[in-house]
Order: sequence, then structure tokens, then C-alpha cells
Amino acid sequence: MPSEAEHAFLQFDQVKKSYDQKTLVVKGFDLDVDRGEFITLLGPSGSGKSTVLMMLAGFEGVTSGDIRVENKSITRTAPYKRNIGMVFQNYALFPHMTIAENLAYPLQVRKMAKPDVKDRVNEYLRLIEMPEFGGRYPGQLSGGQRQRVALARALIFEPSLILMDEPLGALDKKLREQMQYEITRLHEQLGFTVIYVTHDQTEALSMSSRIAVFNDGVVQQCAAPAELYERPKNAFVADFIGENNFIPGTVSAIDGAEAKVAIPGGEIIAVAGDGLVVGQKCVVSVRPEKLFIQPTSHAYDNEVTAAHVTHHYVGDFIRYYFRFADGTEINLKVLNDLAAPNFSAGQEGKLAWLKKDCIAFPA
Amino acid sequence: MENSLSREDGRNARRELNRRRIAAFALVIPLLVFIFFAFVAPIATILYRSVYNPVVSDLIPETLAALDAAEWDRADVPPDDVLNVFSAELSLLAQERLSGRLAEEINRAIPGMSSVVRSTSRAVRRMEQDTLLSEGGQTLLDANDRWGDVAVWRALQDAGAPYTEDYYLTALDLQRAEDGGIEARDGARIYVTLYTKTLRIALIITILTLILGYPLAYFLANAPSKSANMLMVFVLLPFWTSLLVRTTAWIALLQTNGVVNSFLMSIGVINEPMEILYTQTATILAMTHILLPFMILPLYSVMKGIDPSYLRAAMSMGGRPIPAFVRIYLPMTLPGLSAGALLVFIISVGYYITPALVGGTDGQMISNIIAFHMRESNNWELAAALGSLLLAIILLLYWVYDRFVGAGNIKLG
Ligand SMILES: Nc1ncnc2c1ncn2[C@@H]1O[C@H](COP(=O)(O)OP(=O)(O)OP(=O)(O)O)[C@@H](O)[C@H]1O
Ligand SMILES: [Mg+2]
Repeated sequence: MPSEAEHAFLQFDQVKKSYDQKTLVVKGFDLDVDRGEFITLLGPSGSGKSTVLMMLAGFEGVTSGDIRVENKSITRTAPYKRNIGMVFQNYALFPHMTIAENLAYPLQVRKMAKPDVKDRVNEYLRLIEMPEFGGRYPGQLSGGQRQRVALARALIFEPSLILMDEPLGALDKKLREQMQYEITRLHEQLGFTVIYVTHDQTEALSMSSRIAVFNDGVVQQCAAPAELYERPKNAFVADFIGENNFIPGTVSAIDGAEAKVAIPGGEIIAVAGDGLVVGQKCVVSVRPEKLFIQPTSHAYDNEVTAAHVTHHYVGDFIRYYFRFADGTEINLKVLNDLAAPNFSAGQEGKLAWLKKDCIAFPA
Repeated sequence: MENSLSREDGRNARRELNRRRIAAFALVIPLLVFIFFAFVAPIATILYRSVYNPVVSDLIPETLAALDAAEWDRADVPPDDVLNVFSAELSLLAQERLSGRLAEEINRAIPGMSSVVRSTSRAVRRMEQDTLLSEGGQTLLDANDRWGDVAVWRALQDAGAPYTEDYYLTALDLQRAEDGGIEARDGARIYVTLYTKTLRIALIITILTLILGYPLAYFLANAPSKSANMLMVFVLLPFWTSLLVRTTAWIALLQTNGVVNSFLMSIGVINEPMEILYTQTATILAMTHILLPFMILPLYSVMKGIDPSYLRAAMSMGGRPIPAFVRIYLPMTLPGLSAGALLVFIISVGYYITPALVGGTDGQMISNIIAFHMRESNNWELAAALGSLLLAIILLLYWVYDRFVGAGNIKLG
């Protein structure tokens, strides 16, 4: 986390953007990024992720606010002077140039001497493990190979900052995982700073040092993956990251960081979310894998009663569906072992979980 | 597993392939038939016509045979018996009222011979064949002493060859020399001048449409689709109005007291009206306007397919806008650019109606002279030769283009 005293490497300061002079697409975007961090912007489609990236790269103007790199404003700097590498979703490799020429382009515009260009190109071809491919044209490469070349091309002029807008969106699952590994490897090896945009939350969770969850033009929460998953700041983040059950209830008491909540299946204790007040309606979020069916050997603080609806066999686990008296459905995952219980439809069961595994958000 | 096909498999694969080829061929048969009758056959006829002219050999076959039999050396007037045969044939032609045709053909080679042939044919018309065959030669020489000129007989023999390259020589401003070699024709070099002028005009038009069309196509391709569609209608509008109407509109604009001159005079740029109409400038202006869509459409369709991220990528890597445009964008538009340029150039090289209407004498192009020979001077053979040369020039240019740019680079849509 950037310290308060010193300025961060990259700072977004109340950045706003409107395309049509009427509505704001990005409303007050604030983010501090340290050198070498891998930051992912994650959010639903149309939430303004690409717009933020385009403003950072200089292809879209900033309506108001400021973007600073090393405490120098770049808001008015032309894109070709920003020294920011960018990987595009469609790779944007120049089809009329060979791979080597593609890689050489950013060096040539920087007037690097010819032999140096050649050495550097070869070095980066080796780095992406494609030393034989210099003479080929982009059209003669597979999707994954093109992606690697695009990555190398964005890195070869050693920019301090790399932007990637859904770089793996067009690849199939297997190749995507391979490329995720590749990007992480290069990031660790070369130590550049990354701003990464994706739809895919597993990708975000496994690669990033921090994730900024984006919705409706503002950052809902920016935190390390584990924190985001375990301690979501609001109901949107809790819902967007991973799976969650939401149980409606009413706050009956608040004791420090804990809240007592009355829900249809009984009274429970939950972590109190920001802005929770006594007597207020709220939703309690609890993840399916944190729930257990009684009898269980796991420790628990909360216990409620619900009727079994059905269960789905998924393979390594079984998903059970229960319904509370008011009709709210809740599901949980149980490991597919000998302890997995048998239920018939309508049969009552007791569900239990720890109070630290559920959070009450104001409704 | 064996990877190669067994014999049976190979046979099946070939049969399958053949079936598909036949099916594909059947689909294009109507087009091929149409192309044959509407395109290949007429062009072949034209080519043939430009070298084959049997008129004289049909009119005086005996004389030509006699010239061959006498092994005439072309140095002196042919022997008497040849002259006798000719006088007899001329008499026959006069009786059948065909001597005029002969006069016309010989007149083309030696101007002024028309009246000689006509008067002589009147003289021999009523004489007996036998008399002519024995002493007709003297009658010829008595009727007109030009029959004693060896050049006339040379012209007669040359015109008598059914296959001739004369029309091509004429079309290139050349002629046969006395000794049978090839020399420049004296007088103005009409046709070569006209060819160079035509190519120059076509080139200027191509460059103008390129200069005007490229930025517009770029703008259209990058505009939001709503306004792009609107503007596209304006680009296509010329296609929907008759060519004649558009050309006439240019006449209204450019004439001495037309819109352009009145406007320029009223704002005081010029004091006297400029002569624009019936000049080369008028031809170039009107044709640029008419051919502009042929440049814009291929460019637009190619540019439309170019993702804006290419230029962005170039800029993110530090390329300045103009060098990046030249190095990255321009090569990607090359297919549309060459298609458009080729299209405009080839169409304008053969353009007829606009130069005919607004070009005056100065703005005429090769097609106009071809039309002149077909409709007014009735010299179809020369028209055919001029047309074939035009075709050859275009094919040559295409070949050069293919060598340096590659025809595979053309993209029309
Ligand atoms: N050039 C533009 N002109 C006008 N509106 C735009 C433009 N680009 C994006 N928008 C609008 O801005 C909003 C945010 O778009 P943006 O592309 O940043 O979303 P995103 O988060 O990248 O979405 P996705 O995940 O689908 O890529 C959208 O509502 C979009 O319609
Ligand atoms: Mg996007």
C-alpha cells in the first residue's frame, strides 16, 4: 500500500469522464499504484474499465481530475510521449510487418542503433520463448503466440507502466491459463507495473497484487485478492466476487464490530458492515463453502433451520439447496465424501457457520 | 497408423474433388457464355479487323496475282501484261460500280489518287475485255500519266495484302518507307501525342481523386456510423444521377457566363470571364468529379476493416502521429488504394462522353478519336488498331503494376 507521506508511482485523482457531455461514465476515480504492482480493474461490462485505461494511455481525454506518474501530471501529455506500453485485446500486431519488425518498431522510433535493435529483439524473442519466429508474419501465428508477441512488443522499450485490456479474452481456457502464468512470470522477472483489465474474476484473483472492483464508474473496493474475497466492503463486491448467499434480516443489536441479526431461520451474529444501524433492514452474506449441515465436527456460532429443496451432484462436491420459511433460498457446498448427508425434499435441516464468515450489509 | 492414403482412398478423394470442380464450373457457365459473346468475341473481332483488310484483294485479285507471277521488283513500273490485266479488272469494276471503293482505298495511301482512278475507270469502262487484255496498259498510261508512277503500283500492291500492319503504323504515327522499312510519318504526330495526352490526363485525374478521396474515406471510415451513412449517400449520389445530367451540370457551371465565372467576377477575383469550358481543365474537373466514388469506395471498404487500435498501438509505442500513419496505416490501406487508383486510371483512359461534351478540341482523349474514325471517317480498321493499342497499353500498365505492387493486393470490397 502506498504510504501517505510519499507520493505513489501512479495516482488517479478524482478522474471523471463523460463522452456525451451529459452523463459521467467514470465518476471520481481514485487509485494509487506503487511501482511494480499488478493492479487489476474488475467490473461488469460497461462499467468504464476500458475508459480508465484509455485515459491513462492518452487516447481519451480526461473530463476532470488528474492522472500523475511520479508526481508529474500526464493529463495533457500526448500519448506517444507517455512511455506507456499497451497490450490490446485484438493484439494489434501490424500485419504487414514480420514479428521481428513489429518488435523493432518501438525501438526504431526511439532511434536506437541498428545492431542494438537486433540484439534487443532477439533477447525478447527468447524471453517469450519464440526465438525461431522473427521472420514470420502475425497472420502465421496461433492466437497464443500472437498474444506473447504483443506482450513482448509492449515490454521491449522498457516502459515503466504496462496496460492490458482483456488481453486473454480471445483465448480458450487452457491457453488462457498458460498465458496467465506467462504474464506473471514476466512480471516477476522484469518488475514492471501493470494495470490489467479483465472480466474473469479467477484470472483477477490469481494474478493480481491488488484488485480494484469497478462498478458504475467508481471503485467499490480496492484490495488484495484474499481480503476482497474474505472481507468485501459492500454487497456489490460480496456478490461480484465469488459466490454468495444473501439472507434478508433486521438488525436487532450492534456490539462493536458484531451485529445481532434476526433472520427467518433464527437469530445470528454477523460482522457488522459499514454504516449498519440498529433496527435497520439488512442482508447477511455468507459463502456456500462456509456453511455446514448439522451434525458437524466444525466449530460454529450460528445455527438456523431450513427446509431441503434439492441437491445437485457436481463431482468433487455436492450442492444442497435449502429454503427458509419466508421463501429465501440458500445453497451450500459439501465435499463429496462419506459424510455427505442424505435429505429428502421438504425435510428440515440445521445449517451452521462461524460468525466471522458472515457479514451484515445495510439493505 | 499409416498417414498416406491407400489407392482406393486416393481414387475416392480425386473423384470427390472432380465432382466439386464440375459443380463449381456448372455454376459459372452462364457467365462464361455471356462473357464470351459480349466481351471476348467483340474484342477478338476488333483485333482481327485491325490487321485484316480484304477490300482491295477482293476487288482486284487478278492484278495482284499477275504482280506476284511477274515477280515484280517494286523498282520500276510493272510489265505491260500486269497493266493489261489491271485495266481489264478496272473496266469490270467500273461496270459493277465498284471502282469507287478501289479509288477510296488507294486514295488513303496516296492522297489525290481517287480522281485518277475514277477518271481512268470511266475511260476503260466501255472497252472490250479482249482489247484491254492485249493493250489496256497503254490505255491506262494515256488516260493518266500517274499510272507511270511506280509509287502508285507499290501502294496498290500494299493495299492488296489482306493482312496488314499499316493501321498499327498509322496509329503510332509511322509509315512504310520506300525501301520497305518503317519511318516516322511526316506531319504532326497526331496519335502518339493523343495517347500521351490521354495517359497524362488519366494520371492527373487519378492523383486528384486520390488527394480528394483518401482523407474523405478516412473520415468516413472513422466517423460514427450514423453520420458516416449519411455522408456515404452524398458520395453515392453521383451514381444515382445520369452521367449526361452531371456532365451537363458542369457545362452550366463552367461556361463563359456560367456560375463559376459569375461568382469569381462578382467577388472581384477576376475581371474577365475565364475560358474553362471546352478545355482540358474542364475535362479533368468533370471527370475527377465523376470518378471520385470509384476511388472512395474501395478505400472506404478497406479502411473500415482496419481497427483503430493499430494506430493507437503505434502511438503507445512512441510513434508520432504522422510517421505512424505513414508507416502503419498507409501500407494497410494499400489494397484499397491500388484498387481505387487502378480503377480510376483505367476508366479514365477509355472515357468518352465527358471529354466529348466539355473538352473542346484541347480536352479530347483517345476514345474520341476512335469514335471519330468509327462514325465519321468510316475507317473501322484504324479505329480497331487504335483501340487495340489502348488495350495493350492498359494491359502493359497492369503488368507493371503487378510486378511492383502485386495484383493480389487489390481489394475492392
Ligand atoms: N467512444 C465512446 N463514445 C461514447 N460512449 C462510450 C465510448 N466508449 C465507451 N462508451 C461508454 O462508456 C461506458 C463505459 O465503457 P467502457 O468501454 O469503458 O466499459 P468497460 O468496462 O471496458 O466494458 P467491457 O467490460 O464491456 O469492455 C459504456 O456505457 C460505453 O457505452
Ligand atoms: Mg472494455
